Amino acid sequence: MCKTINSKELDLRFVVGRRSDSPGMKEAMLRGVATSSEGIAYLEDNIDKIDIVFDATSASSHAEHDRVFSKHDKFVVDLTPAKLGELCVPVINMESLKDSRNINLITCGGQASLPLAYALKNSCEKVLYVEVISSISSDSAGIATRENLNEYVETTEFALRKFTNAEASKAILNINPAVPQVCMQTTLYARCEKVDIERLKSNVSSVVKKVKEYVPGYSLVLEPLVDSGSVTLAVQVYGSGDYLPEYSGNLDIINSAAIAVANFKSKVSDAGSRAVAIEEGLA
Amino acid sequence: MKNKHISISDCSLRDGNHAIKHQLSVEQIANYCKGADRAGLDIIEVGHGYGLGASSSAFGVAKVDDETMLSVARENCKRSKLGIHFVPGVGKHSDLDMAIEIGVDVFRIASHCTEGNITYRPIQYLKAKDKMVYGVLIMSHMADAKRLLKEASGMKAAGADGIVLMDSAGYSTPDIVSEKVSVLYENLGITIAYHAHNNLGLAVANSIAAVESGAEMVDATIKGFGAGSGNTQLEAVVAVFERYGYKMNVKFKDLVNLSLYAENSIISSVPDIKAINIMTGMHGLFTGYGTYVQKVSSDFGVDVFELCERLASRKLVASQEDIILEEASKMAKKAV
Repeated sequence: MCKTINSKELDLRFVVGRRSDSPGMKEAMLRGVATSSEGIAYLEDNIDKIDIVFDATSASSHAEHDRVFSKHDKFVVDLTPAKLGELCVPVINMESLKDSRNINLITCGGQASLPLAYALKNSCEKVLYVEVISSISSDSAGIATRENLNEYVETTEFALRKFTNAEASKAILNINPAVPQVCMQTTLYARCEKVDIERLKSNVSSVVKKVKEYVPGYSLVLEPLVDSGSVTLAVQVYGSGDYLPEYSGNLDIINSAAIAVANFKSKVSDAGSRAVAIEEGLA
Repeated sequence: MKNKHISISDCSLRDGNHAIKHQLSVEQIANYCKGADRAGLDIIEVGHGYGLGASSSAFGVAKVDDETMLSVARENCKRSKLGIHFVPGVGKHSDLDMAIEIGVDVFRIASHCTEGNITYRPIQYLKAKDKMVYGVLIMSHMADAKRLLKEASGMKAAGADGIVLMDSAGYSTPDIVSEKVSVLYENLGITIAYHAHNNLGLAVANSIAAVESGAEMVDATIKGFGAGSGNTQLEAVVAVFERYGYKMNVKFKDLVNLSLYAENSIISSVPDIKAINIMTGMHGLFTGYGTYVQKVSSDFGVDVFELCERLASRKLVASQEDIILEEASKMAKKAV
């Protein structure tokens, strides 16, 4: 939401939720953005006043919401693991999705790991297996995240296969309550054929640079370890700390991806830039 | 009090898998289940050490896949109930569906001790199918009794038939166990189970303290076979409960052959308390990290005790092996 307010390309018109006392709704009111706690019904009544929808609710809610968006042919950036639309990681495939109506941002673990997985795919003959384990802080894991762990795992695994052509994949999410809160950390393990180590290092370093352009707190903390066909590497993700705390890199990376997609969309099409964010918990 | 009934949940074929990098074979699972079933164990838990869907590079690739492990166990558990361990974020609902299909009886849905709300959805999912479900609080030394009660109450409200407190680091002493179990027992009105580890040589004592404070089920493993310095030794805890006059479906004399079988055919090295286990126990690190911390520290040429201290200061929960790797690599880099 703050990123939408700060974006030069976007014009945040409403924040819509289910509870007027949720942290996101309160923050929106404080910042003078119009809010409604009547959820999708309010949105449908005002559908002509918006061009872009950010859906940060839950996978099952998004499935209901998208019936409305689809009926009105509204462009939506889906931040839930519903995977109804085209899966997107900005540094990998955003440009190819300029005509898609619904863009799905997979999961936070997906946004953190897929750039690395893609760099690996371009550095070896074949990715056989790819696995991603992410740790996030307890405070940054909202109710929707906690209820959507099954979808988180399924959608992350699906995207890992899709973007690397690996036959098998595995995703794991750990929630750590340590105080002070820990920042997001994501480790990628893979098995592949004929990996070119120098090429891998250079591909990883250049993709990390590209992600940094929209998520400044994204950095490599474990350089690729290569042991015959096995590869391990890890990144940490700090957030920008504009409204959510810095440790919540998991929220920052998916929110930043959403803004990148919306900015791109409003630039390449004449779709307009009036945006709305729908949320259930933290978003 | 002392004539109350105690159920024993035997997790040799699940926690024990941690001790041998998840390499239990089909034959070992079949034979052990047959013997444990004959001995009258109430529940036999089977699977990868971290539960359903956990076979992975991060946690270790299991020799036998979940479906095969559970099918083999199912064929050999006639009287004993078959149990699984499941952590949301590690396993998927499709793994639960597979377990239901095979006929698993007891589902233990686990989270770190302060994150109980991640278990609500799988608990509700299983209760809607009328399954026996326990909520499991891992690393229970990291929360006080009041917080554990809050988390356990949430699990109960979601439908859990009982609560398992796990001392996953082997950190606790009998006084801590008594306090925590009493609070849950007095306030919840559902079965409380205790799962101890032996890092400080207190697993059997802690299990007794738990039962004396209201627990009606304990987790134990044959010869203590389990992560780190192992679990509550099944044969020993059953012998003590017999002497105290608690009622159980299993008898010590029926465990003798099972113990011999496990010694000869499953347990390559009987768990003992190594310095590293005391170190992880005192620092409250997950007991299963012991072997891995040692391996990684030797791979990177860094001091094992300093690595433990750094991991403890990062307050690692269970299943964060990847962070151990990253911390060791960071230490190695700084040392150059």
